[in-house]
Amino acid sequence: MSPVLDVRDLSVSFGGVPAVREVSCAVRRGEVLGIVGESGSGKSVTSAAVMGLLPPGARVTGSVRLHGRELIGAPARELTSCRGKAMSMVFQDPLSALTPVYRVGDQIAEAVRVHQRVDKEAALVRAVQLLDLVGIPRPSERALAFPHEFSGGMRQRVMIAMAIANDPGVIICDEPTTALDVTVQAQVLEVLKKAQQKTGAAIIMITHDLGVVAGFADRVLVMYAGRPVEVGGVDDVYYRPRMPYTVGLLGSIPRADKGGRWPLTPIEGSPPSPAALPPGCPFAPRCPMRIDACEEREPPLFEVGDGHRAACIRWKEVAPYTLGVPAVYGAPGSARRTPRRAQRTVLEVRGLVKDYPLLKGTLFRRRIGTVHAVAGVDFDLREGETLGLVGESGSGKTTTLTQILELAPPQQGGITVLGHDTARLDAARRTEIRRDMQVVFQDPLASLDPRMTVHDILAEPLRTHGQRRPGRRIAELLSLVGLDPSHAARYPQDFSGGQRQRIAIARALALEPRLLVLDEPVSALDVSIQAGVINLLGSLRARLGLSYLFVAHDLAVVRHIADRVAVMYLGRIAEIGQVDAVYQAPAHPYTQALLSAIPLPDPVRERARDRILLEGDLPSPADPPTGCRFRTRCPKFRAELTGDERRLCVDVEPEVRPLSADQGAACHYAERRDVV
Amino acid sequence: MTLSEEELAEELRDGVVAGAPSRTRLIAGRFFRSGQGRLGFGVLALMFLLAFAGPLVSPWSYLDKDFTAFLQPPSPDHWFGTLQTGADVFAVTLRGMQKSLIVGLLAALVSTALAAVAGAFAGYFLGWTDRTLTWVSDLLLVLPAFLVLAIMSPLFGSGQWPLFVITLALFLWMVTSKVVRGMTISTKEHEFIQAARYMGVAPVRIIFRHVIPNLSSLLIVDATLNVSTAILTETSLSYFGFGIQPPDVSLGTLIADGSRTAVYAPWTFWFVAGLLVVTVLAVNLVGDALRDAFDPSSKRAR
Repeated sequence: MSPVLDVRDLSVSFGGVPAVREVSCAVRRGEVLGIVGESGSGKSVTSAAVMGLLPPGARVTGSVRLHGRELIGAPARELTSCRGKAMSMVFQDPLSALTPVYRVGDQIAEAVRVHQRVDKEAALVRAVQLLDLVGIPRPSERALAFPHEFSGGMRQRVMIAMAIANDPGVIICDEPTTALDVTVQAQVLEVLKKAQQKTGAAIIMITHDLGVVAGFADRVLVMYAGRPVEVGGVDDVYYRPRMPYTVGLLGSIPRADKGGRWPLTPIEGSPPSPAALPPGCPFAPRCPMRIDACEEREPPLFEVGDGHRAACIRWKEVAPYTLGVPAVYGAPGSARRTPRRAQRTVLEVRGLVKDYPLLKGTLFRRRIGTVHAVAGVDFDLREGETLGLVGESGSGKTTTLTQILELAPPQQGGITVLGHDTARLDAARRTEIRRDMQVVFQDPLASLDPRMTVHDILAEPLRTHGQRRPGRRIAELLSLVGLDPSHAARYPQDFSGGQRQRIAIARALALEPRLLVLDEPVSALDVSIQAGVINLLGSLRARLGLSYLFVAHDLAVVRHIADRVAVMYLGRIAEIGQVDAVYQAPAHPYTQALLSAIPLPDPVRERARDRILLEGDLPSPADPPTGCRFRTRCPKFRAELTGDERRLCVDVEPEVRPLSADQGAACHYAERRDVV
Repeated sequence: MTLSEEELAEELRDGVVAGAPSRTRLIAGRFFRSGQGRLGFGVLALMFLLAFAGPLVSPWSYLDKDFTAFLQPPSPDHWFGTLQTGADVFAVTLRGMQKSLIVGLLAALVSTALAAVAGAFAGYFLGWTDRTLTWVSDLLLVLPAFLVLAIMSPLFGSGQWPLFVITLALFLWMVTSKVVRGMTISTKEHEFIQAARYMGVAPVRIIFRHVIPNLSSLLIVDATLNVSTAILTETSLSYFGFGIQPPDVSLGTLIADGSRTAVYAPWTFWFVAGLLVVTVLAVNLVGDALRDAFDPSSKRAR
């Protein structure tokens, strides 16, 4: 069978700087090709080049054949007739990909009418059919809605509906689920699978998430520095990688399905700048298996197996990384788990409530409702312990965090930080507590003042709390987080993402705090960099005896670093407990769904998994359901409970009840189950 | 932020780079590395030197009148020629420059500082602070500045120029402060401000350390424009006879007088006007270079 899309030696450069170099790949009908790589590896440029969507300044060479027709250098008219018909695209951000001023149904109908000679009514009927196909409830009604009335997951479904409107031969998905929560991601991937079965299209799936590719793709292409470094079947690449970069990438992902705390194996350094590529293998400077021959010239793709090729001259010696027994990468010093003894409580939150008024009108502001962002949350954090606070967007985890950080009296309930109730704090005591509680934010570029040098950034907490000459401490701090003290004169933007986050961590550690609040500290980083920061956090905790409150939406990262985990849903805690207990046998239906939705970077297990798919979206926190907040989406409520049992869910809001030594769930019918 | 000797020695001993990597020093370095900055700074320094040291070498003072030379072209006796009254053009020009430079630079600095502080406080604290400051700036915006200055002119008698500077500055800051307020509100949302708050840094200090430096591009551009505006406003006020009062002179009064004789005695006009243009140009160069030096993402200053 001849390939639908055949890309040969595709190279793209912008003003002499190569962005993509010699990419060759082909997809057949019904096949899924995953392209994985870190940011800047050229995967998005590749897809834009294939679609012919590059800006005028780009120089494209090579060949892209769609159904045997050459696209590179084809006239614009021919490309336009291809796009959307023979080949379509699903973008990362569904909000900016839909026109805000047109109804969703009309936009899909337009996509139909551009390529098919049908009248308006027929196109609209087709649009409703498509919306139904991608699982939008009440499609004929929703077709009349505008994009802003849809949630992120629903918008992405609309995008998929538009992409399959003309039965294309190839669908290119550029990070289609990156902006979505994990349960919604599972829904959207399911829809994509369904759409593919229906149309028989080939899919090119561009992503940085190795878990998504494992379950979804047939073949994988790993890109590094603008070039494919390994191509092959999913099983070959995941279980028998022949390129040290792939090995490193797989070894640096925290796994939600593996207990115990082993240090991750980060890849040292950061990817080369495309303007200054090393003469030899671009990965050589970071490679643990580097030999002199690597730096002589760039290795071609060697045939290492059936349909499996890798760009490494030592591919025969590359062995896959097995958990716990790193073959290629030497594991850094092992971390140990601290037992939860009768240790001092560092942070205690009791019955925390936070509402926001919903106002309307500009001149006379009327209160038209209340957003119950946090509605009664309890947890505590002991000395030397890490509590992971997880939940999807809108679950109230960030509000909880700001309530703690503000150190102001809460609206209802109580917060006790380091033995002091925040409701009874004077200004002096508050400043004192700020010394002992520090925060690290998600985006290191936004949390470091761009106008300050690293020296000034690190000096700020020291000066604020009365240290007049911070010079020596700054050098200490920089070496503590693994940076060169001579970098103090630089500005934050001169550093890479991982280094910036290290600076933010150094600033948080400047005053030797006892409690560190981490707000999604690694979610803005690439996997290979993320692993280094996670390891750093782990070793710092052990060395300095810190306690972490770790807020994240990535459950795998939380399992890796936390001792205990609290799962939040719509402003309340659904389940809380010791990490291994919760991950191995979650009791709350929401936790079960959440855990079953995480894609695992393990193709065989991923294909065999049975997902618990949640229906619909998170209800609005301004109008939460009565009784149990999760009942509207609860698979148990829908399928397993009898009418009488359901009444309890509708009438009574469940409290967190202990199930075992350190695990509790807020469900009337909690039942432990293995889902990962 | 300079390092004490002791700390410098300590850092040297530790083998760390000796130059304090603090912002002040870095910006100064970047400023003087750019050709524009050096040129502008040099010309401005030369202007000051001329204005304040020049009278020492000139045989004439600005009050002297040479009754043997009325409206004479430049000569070894009178380097820039003389006016109709017999006054030495060189001496009066320098005297006028002293006044204009001080008035212009000070008024610009005061007004930009006022705009930055008022705008940043209003935007950072909001609530009552914001309402009061907005009310004051709105009030000043509707007052006709030129008229008020004209009416107040009898107060700016000899020796009263600081009052003149303050009044001038008072009418220059409102529009900028509104822009600053808006930018402060958006800057406040940045995580580095949150980080500083959670670190326990006092609000006023956050404003001066984080908010205002992050608006520095705007403020510097504004200050540079204000220098020109202030000098020109002062010049035009003086031209109409409201600004600097005789016997004191400023570039404005000189240009006003010179314009009448400019056609047949160009030296009475061109020296003054030329120096004014050069000064304003130098200030703009300095402003551009400063903006680049403050902006860490600017490539030109590296």
